Amino acid sequence: MTALRSFLRYGIGEATRGGPAYHLWMALLTLLMCVGLFAYCVQLDQGLAVTGMRDQVSWGFYISNFAFLVGIAAAAVILVMPAYVLEEMDFKRAVLIGEAVAVAAVLMAIAFVVVDVGGPARLWHVLPGLGRMNFPRSMLAWDILVLNGYLVLNLGIPFYLLFTRFRGHTPDRRRYVPFVFLSILWAVSLHLVTAFLFAGLPARPYWHSALLGPRFLATAFTAGPALIILILVAIRRHTEMPVADRTIEKLAMIVTVAAQVCCVMSISEIFTETYRSTHHSHSARYLFFGLDGHNRLVPWIWSSLALQFAAAGVLSVHRWRQRLPVLLAACSALVVAIEIEKGMGTIIPGFVPEPWGKVVEYAPTWVEFAVGLGIFAMGAFVFTVLAKVAIPVELGKVRYTGPV
Amino acid sequence: MKNGLVQILSQPMDRRTAITVAGCAVAGAATAAASVANAINPFASPESREASRLEWQRYFQENYRLMSEEEKTEALLRLERLHQLKHGGRISVSGAEPIEKVLFGYAFNVSKCRGYLECVSACIRENNQDRASGMAYIRIHEHRNGEFDFSKASDTFDHPVPAEGHFYLGTQCFHCQNPPCVDVCPVKATWMEPDGIVVVDYDWCIGCRYCMAACPYDARRFNWQAPEVPEADLNPNQHYLGNRMRQKGVVEKCTFCIQRSRDGRNPACVEACPTGARIFGNLLDPQSEIRWVLANKKVFRLKEDLGTDPKFWYFMD
Ligand code: SF4
Ligand code: SF4
Repeated sequence: MTALRSFLRYGIGEATRGGPAYHLWMALLTLLMCVGLFAYCVQLDQGLAVTGMRDQVSWGFYISNFAFLVGIAAAAVILVMPAYVLEEMDFKRAVLIGEAVAVAAVLMAIAFVVVDVGGPARLWHVLPGLGRMNFPRSMLAWDILVLNGYLVLNLGIPFYLLFTRFRGHTPDRRRYVPFVFLSILWAVSLHLVTAFLFAGLPARPYWHSALLGPRFLATAFTAGPALIILILVAIRRHTEMPVADRTIEKLAMIVTVAAQVCCVMSISEIFTETYRSTHHSHSARYLFFGLDGHNRLVPWIWSSLALQFAAAGVLSVHRWRQRLPVLLAACSALVVAIEIEKGMGTIIPGFVPEPWGKVVEYAPTWVEFAVGLGIFAMGAFVFTVLAKVAIPVELGKVRYTGPV
Repeated sequence: MKNGLVQILSQPMDRRTAITVAGCAVAGAATAAASVANAINPFASPESREASRLEWQRYFQENYRLMSEEEKTEALLRLERLHQLKHGGRISVSGAEPIEKVLFGYAFNVSKCRGYLECVSACIRENNQDRASGMAYIRIHEHRNGEFDFSKASDTFDHPVPAEGHFYLGTQCFHCQNPPCVDVCPVKATWMEPDGIVVVDYDWCIGCRYCMAACPYDARRFNWQAPEVPEADLNPNQHYLGNRMRQKGVVEKCTFCIQRSRDGRNPACVEACPTGARIFGNLLDPQSEIRWVLANKKVFRLKEDLGTDPKFWYFMD
């Protein structure tokens, strides 16, 4: 108990202590969170009418980011498997960072759903026990369970590891490896369930495709590790934590293969939708070429595809991939490409045209952007705190040696 | 490492962080406590205290389908009283249950419809739909003769009707016997009643809009803002699962005018149609007009391939 208390005391102390740069960074994030909170208050007061969503396009920026972030969260598993199961030493260090990314991403994903619903005060209706969850029929009910379970796993495992290390013991493999396996399965199902949320709707032919699930996984395993590479490089530069070149190289390999798979899937989709185009291809036609003079998404999707193909191409050449600046540029390109692809390439065109064929276009408003910015700042805030607390313990710099 | 414990140089928490955290907590608690506070505030008027208390009870009420008889009665009375306290007027909110051996169905005569849109306005008035946003459950599609492609039809026509060389066809909620919208709702806020009507509990819906994404017929409407109906235009004869006033942030839809149909009357659109293009009735009654149509006309339904099994047929003379 004393050990736990001192661990928590250490955590809080570490999170609130730092140089001017650290305080400036946290203050900036807090400011952005305040902006988001303000915009959310406007939305609560006036209703979702202040967003760009309407009856025809009833999900937009919020749900797009939700889908994207679930993917980022799921991708942390890419680090978990080699680190804990195969006992790869280089990954051991990085895995904590991966888990912190997962926690932050899940929290952001949940926040994006909360800000999207019309009656956040009635959200207790989804709680098991209290409310009336439509389980197992509704995929959204599944998603709520899977998301929260994943959050618990990703908080629990690192907590156990760090806390044991904090007390100067060696973590017992028999205690945590079963949970690691569980979290690996969980990560894959997390993103599959999120894809099924959309793929289970025959009403929206653009989503009602068996490719959607695998595609969600492929994009997640591209954008997730790509983001983690960017973060690891930043951490190596700004903290004392050593990150082996081999870790980065292996991650880069994963990003490369996943990005290549994404490209194959994009080609496959474009072919099927355009070769003999039917009424069910209207959404894809709207997305790639515009429909009836409406073409708001066209520049976005082609930029996204261009970034994706260029990055995949560059990464495929070993010599280029091994050069850090090239790798970082390619990773950034992939993260941006997939963020665009999830929202403007997947969620929104599913609603256009509406069920009777009318094209109603959607564009987010300042409220949506501000709320989104606030949520991203919240995620960065959580991640910074978790990483800052975890790194010294992981490095063995702080130890508890008091009474047990 | 003094003391064997980690040295903690406790610096004060970043000021802004502290303020935000405190601010959020205060704001949250304030909203939650506002109605309680008002309910026990000795200086508030008795009416506003009662209204706050009723709102509080309403917030914690159960999903309508799972309420006991008593709870249902309470919920209905609560709505009537709340309306009186807030707007002064009287409404009656019915909880009429489905009648046994009744399954409602609808048929639409494409030859007769001439695009007068009387059904649309009657529906808006009957069902207390938000006037500010111009919400409507019914869409009338104007097709050019020789074409049956909805994406080429217009539902925003604004010219004298019937237009030469065109025909008209209405869509609304088809009360699918196998409704995808019901499957997806995460909280069971929408369901099919035993008489076949697909309804929403506006106090249980969390406004996630998953059902809107799942409906292949664009039948569901969302209250993007607080709905407004001038007190003078309000239809006071309401049903809990039908035309009672919705709140901001919930989904609504056609209910075959449950407040009328369970009372043995036709829905407002059927009554309003000047050409007699709309036919409504009990599918389980062999003598009903709808059964006659199904037996004697060549009928069809829309998007049959999706397996939704709509209880809404089209036919021609
Ligand atoms: S028409 Fe749409 S809203 Fe109505 S029952 Fe069918 S799926 Fe549900
Ligand atoms: S919007 Fe309401 S009725 Fe529709 S799925 Fe969500 S909770 Fe259910």
